[in-house]
Amino acid sequence: MQAAMLGTGNQEHPMRYSGFRILKEALTGHKGWQPVWRRPDPKPSYDIVIVGGGGHGLATAHYLASNFGQTRVAVIEKGWIGGGNVGRNTTIIRSNYLLEGNEPFYEFSLKLWEGLEQDLNYNAMVSQRGILNLIHTDAQRDAYIRRGNAMILHGADAQYLSTDQIRREYPFLNFNDARFPIKGGLAQRRGGTVRHDAVAWGYARAADARGVDIIQNCEVTGFRIENGICLGVETSRGFIGAGKVGVAVAGSSSRVMAQAGLRLPIESHVLQAFVSEGLKPVMPGVITFGAGHFYCSQSDKGGLVFGGDIDGYNSYAQRGNLPVVEDVAEGAMALIPGLGRVRLLRMWGGVMDMSMDGSPIIDRTPIEGLYFNGGWCYGGFKATPASGWCFAHLLSTDTPHPTATAYRLDRFRKGLMIDEKGMGAQPNLH
Amino acid sequence: MIIPHPLLGPCDAQEFTYLGDASLIARPDGMAEGAADAFHDYLYLRDNPAGLHRELWYHEQGDRSWLVVTRNTLTHEIVKAELARDVARAEGRGR
Repeated sequence: MQAAMLGTGNQEHPMRYSGFRILKEALTGHKGWQPVWRRPDPKPSYDIVIVGGGGHGLATAHYLASNFGQTRVAVIEKGWIGGGNVGRNTTIIRSNYLLEGNEPFYEFSLKLWEGLEQDLNYNAMVSQRGILNLIHTDAQRDAYIRRGNAMILHGADAQYLSTDQIRREYPFLNFNDARFPIKGGLAQRRGGTVRHDAVAWGYARAADARGVDIIQNCEVTGFRIENGICLGVETSRGFIGAGKVGVAVAGSSSRVMAQAGLRLPIESHVLQAFVSEGLKPVMPGVITFGAGHFYCSQSDKGGLVFGGDIDGYNSYAQRGNLPVVEDVAEGAMALIPGLGRVRLLRMWGGVMDMSMDGSPIIDRTPIEGLYFNGGWCYGGFKATPASGWCFAHLLSTDTPHPTATAYRLDRFRKGLMIDEKGMGAQPNLH
Repeated sequence: MIIPHPLLGPCDAQEFTYLGDASLIARPDGMAEGAADAFHDYLYLRDNPAGLHRELWYHEQGDRSWLVVTRNTLTHEIVKAELARDVARAEGRGR
């Protein structure tokens, strides 16, 4: 990461956020705040058009403008920015992966999270409160220690915690459950949570300040492809020409790419998440149950944010069914019996691009000028900064970023799958 | 979700496990010309439609039959359930 290339202020943008600014506005009736990004009309053409105004699309636009000097860039969004999965996730960041193709990428992402707020001049509430994966069997301990070693070898941090060490930090866990006693844990102290909406807004503001046009309520209805070359996108606001088109619409990837005649190694599945009523601080970091599908953290507003596994069938409904709710609740009660009387405030579902090996895709497509970013499964949020950076790298230089070389679209044809769980081509098991 | 089993009547979807797109019935001929490409497409690529989807469900906690269920992926509404055996035979597969 070259510091000189990172955003350190901008003459075009009139307002820089700071503690002093908040104080000044507080004393002057908050009359000085301005809209955070423009609402431009689409121009006839751009050098690069990003389809999808979610976290990944906006991050791509920001890094295109700030790192790669691309100024004629537009982000096209069907609805409003940040209204998809970046607004529907459980806000966790971590880089605790095992495989060669994944770990360097996610560690790169975690490092970008660590400098994100300074880069964007935006408070994204990045909180490195740590993540703890609990261990319940001896075999699981072996597997997690192996993973921890892989993380350390790639420059990430990992720490094995004994039951006594965990007891000091999480005294409320059910250590002596008859079926799944806690035998230890794998901690990543640099993991944590981020205010998810602020990520979308922060990237949007920073990209806009560098001249990126963010065009909302503009649906892509097709791609103009002639002689195997993508010339731009047909939208609900007319044709927009583009030297290159980057699609970052995870959840709807199959639908959008079908308009370019491509079939993808992806199924769309629904993942549910839950927030409890606000509680006093009880949960110091993020914990994951190793014997079932349950993970949990506490938001700064006090709500416990938790979730489990995908429902397991193709869905675009953005809502799930009750069996998974029951399964998550059972996992919660097995791990933290004290949650029994906590009331649920709300629950929702998001549509996941479940790829055939559980890993993402950042690559060119068989159509020249058309680039694809998707297949994030249920792990896209933590990847947002690196996904944007690597996609911007690919769009700008036509070569993959060193940490994303394995995320090829043709890896299934070549037998180069990145299967963290070893489940095979069965998306609902990843 | 309640799956209307053609033999057993309405059954809770929890009794089933899910495999995926019913096109998996149409396994390519491994000895044919271009079998490697055909198997790549068969195994890894999906139409993944938003709307009606024909998919394979296995009645693991019931009679262990495979069903082809036609379900709307936008609403989860199930409009049809057939025995996969009948579907496969109608497609000319099996003896």
